[in-house]
Amino acid sequence: MLAHLINGISLGSIYAIIALGYTMVYGIAKMLNFAHGDVIMVGGYVSFCFMSYMNVPAPIAVLLAMAICTVLGITIERLAYKPLRSATSLAVLITAIGMSYFLQNSALIIWGANPKAYPNIFKDIEAFEMVGGARVSPVAVVAITANLVIMIILTLFTSRTKMGKAMRAVSEDKGAATLMGINVNFTISMTFAIGSGLAAIAGVLLCTAYPTLMPTTGSMPGIKAFTAAVFGGIGSIPGAMIGGILLGVIEILARAYISSELADAIVFGVLIVVLIFRPTGLLGKQIHEKV
Amino acid sequence: MSKSPEVKLVNVPSPNFVPEKDLGKPLVLEAAHLGIDFGGLVAVDEFNIGIGATEICGLIGPNGAGKTTIFNLLTKVYEPTRGTIMIGGKDTHNMTPVQVNQLGIARTFQNIRLFDKLTVEENVKIGLHNHMGYHTLAGVFRLPNYWKEEKKAHERALELLDIFGMADLAGVRADSLPYGAQRRLEIVRALATGPKLLLLDEPAAGMNPSETEELMNNIRKIRDEFQIAVLLIEHDMNLVMGICESIVVLNFGRIIAKGTPSQIQGNPQVIEAYLGTHRG
Repeated sequence: MLAHLINGISLGSIYAIIALGYTMVYGIAKMLNFAHGDVIMVGGYVSFCFMSYMNVPAPIAVLLAMAICTVLGITIERLAYKPLRSATSLAVLITAIGMSYFLQNSALIIWGANPKAYPNIFKDIEAFEMVGGARVSPVAVVAITANLVIMIILTLFTSRTKMGKAMRAVSEDKGAATLMGINVNFTISMTFAIGSGLAAIAGVLLCTAYPTLMPTTGSMPGIKAFTAAVFGGIGSIPGAMIGGILLGVIEILARAYISSELADAIVFGVLIVVLIFRPTGLLGKQIHEKV
Repeated sequence: MSKSPEVKLVNVPSPNFVPEKDLGKPLVLEAAHLGIDFGGLVAVDEFNIGIGATEICGLIGPNGAGKTTIFNLLTKVYEPTRGTIMIGGKDTHNMTPVQVNQLGIARTFQNIRLFDKLTVEENVKIGLHNHMGYHTLAGVFRLPNYWKEEKKAHERALELLDIFGMADLAGVRADSLPYGAQRRLEIVRALATGPKLLLLDEPAAGMNPSETEELMNNIRKIRDEFQIAVLLIEHDMNLVMGICESIVVLNFGRIIAKGTPSQIQGNPQVIEAYLGTHRG
């Protein structure tokens, strides 16, 4: 039971890191970036290439993957979303879905359809023995720690730094922010940069925990993380964390105790129930703090 | 109401005039033949204005005369269809709102547009954004420069809030402020961007006479302390006649009169278009 719970929190932490990307972009640019899940997949492939083909040490490969995904996120925003800044939200949504397929198919061309076996970053580290005999994999420990660290840094960033404050101002009133001298386009780019950089971290963690890498690797976790963001209250950073972790725990427990085939159905079922009673998500009150 | 002593207006090149005290200093704003059309509607046409370095100028006119549209043109929310806007001698053609803000123009809004979920101090810090000299990464890693600049901004924000005696409200969320205080905070936020020209869109709207009186004194104080120019849209004639050194009257998107408060008060066209209906 304890082992399942820890696995759930670990998976949920990965969802939470992805959900941050959704929630921040939604909070600031007021759009759903459905290509976000595929940035995770790119992060996975990039780190895979560095580690398997060039023998780059894992930490450096992760940093390189983050850098490349950050640039990718900014580029996607510039090319695909920026021209639609004043378009209807539906047009932006369709573009985001298109971008998602574009990334998946590009990956298909570059890396092929055959799954790649992702190297185990933590192969030299023993699984930890917990009280009661439960074993916890190192990736679980890293995922949970990374999630906590990222959450603390992001919260401090949005509340205490000038760029974070600018982001919150843009999220409330783009026009007024512009007239106070805030560069809205740059602020939105920064949001995409942060979200995509985090997606790379999530990609590495995800591929380490579930070591098959395919062009569609990012889509299911992407959708689940989006669910987690909605679950917690989209636009809210703590909401993404709580939503992500709850979703991970529900998924693992359902898989362990009910049925592994039904796990996903149960996850989405819980979302539907929550949204019936709390349409704005767990933390999404009438007045809630947007990023 | 305390009235400013009436100043003498002198002609400067172009069809403008400025208060005598500003003669010889460069104009902070000069707009010539400014106009904008929305589809077939001529919203503003042939708008000419020159504002002296420390002038307080009133822009008045009936509802729908195009006053806020002019603010939107000056701050580049709209790109004008015709004419030029020079801020501090620089042509603002094709500039963005951010760029003209950096040239020294800042504004408040008719319907208050504060960042509600940010605190009072954070709202002012948004205005100070471009004056905080640390890199975003220095903020992430909290390098010494971050602390230094944030401390400076914190002190500056409190100093600016203190103009309106609002320093003790620094930690309060903006949307929990009473109405009058929200209007004052908008002025502080605009001031924080370091403007040479402050545009106030109906600063006294919804204020009672004593609040308006206090606001008048504060606008004068801001002008004197910061040595900046103020262009204000206002319907409260006591305020306009009390603090403005020059007044521009707009009707149907065109200037129908310009002059000192007493010239405007005596102008039959103005009385017909505007004041006449408001004198009761």
